[in-house]
Amino acid sequence: MNITPYIFWFLSVMALFSALMMVTSRNPVYSVLWLISTFFAISGHYILLNAQFLAVVNIIVYAGAIMVLFLFVIMLMNLNRETEPQKNRWLKLIGALAGGCLLLVMVAALKDAELQSQQAMVGTGSIGLIKVLGKELFTRYVVPFEISSLLFLSAMVGAAVIGKKEPAQTLKS
Amino acid sequence: MPINYYLFLSLALFSIGMVGVLTRRNAIIIFMCIELMLNAVNLLLVAFSKMHHLKNLAIDPMVGVDGQLFVFFIMVVAAAEVSVGLAIIVMMYRNVHSVDIQFLNRLKH
Repeated sequence: MNITPYIFWFLSVMALFSALMMVTSRNPVYSVLWLISTFFAISGHYILLNAQFLAVVNIIVYAGAIMVLFLFVIMLMNLNRETEPQKNRWLKLIGALAGGCLLLVMVAALKDAELQSQQAMVGTGSIGLIKVLGKELFTRYVVPFEISSLLFLSAMVGAAVIGKKEPAQTLKS
Repeated sequence: MPINYYLFLSLALFSIGMVGVLTRRNAIIIFMCIELMLNAVNLLLVAFSKMHHLKNLAIDPMVGVDGQLFVFFIMVVAAAEVSVGLAIIVMMYRNVHSVDIQFLNRLKH
């Protein structure tokens, strides 16, 4: 018995449900937790596609580092259900309608695409393994890799500069 | 699995993120919805890379690695983006004591 389609459907339903709950829940902390659940479902999809390196990086970087940062900021500001700003009902309806139109147009455009008979390789293949990806990253893609380190440095400096309190402002207040 | 399933799953996730951006007023939630949209695109990139790998396996056993490395670089850029964006949101909170994006419409005056 082939179990792969069941895992695929389970992970897809989990990802979509968690994403919907993330958008609709009133409490920002619940939104973060549902988003973490979505990221775990997407990591499950990566494992199913045998992209093990990306699955691990997704959990460590997204579900670990980035979401902790979000949770930390939310708790720092003490946001909760009562302080959550709400749009009025019509704007929400129009927003949902616009998103639905985007989905409808994209699905209608892509449902008869040439790819219909193509299959994604599931469960096998070695291109997602760390050995292959690492070799490629440090030979052909070494320049973008170094540039991304510069990007990280500038992001770090930028975050420190933006987050710093202005000395003149503190004197005034 | 047929590539169509991955395509429609990614489209649905992307649209949910889009709806979130359009319907919420909390700046942090909008930021999280953008992360969700980035992840939908990442999933589709990995699925397409595995599709090309299966199709051209006989010609070149390394085909499809580029797509997965692109996903890696997208994650790198997203991490940098989050650190700067959250710093901006914290600074905005310090000035107006709210994360409501409606407060930012005074930028147009």
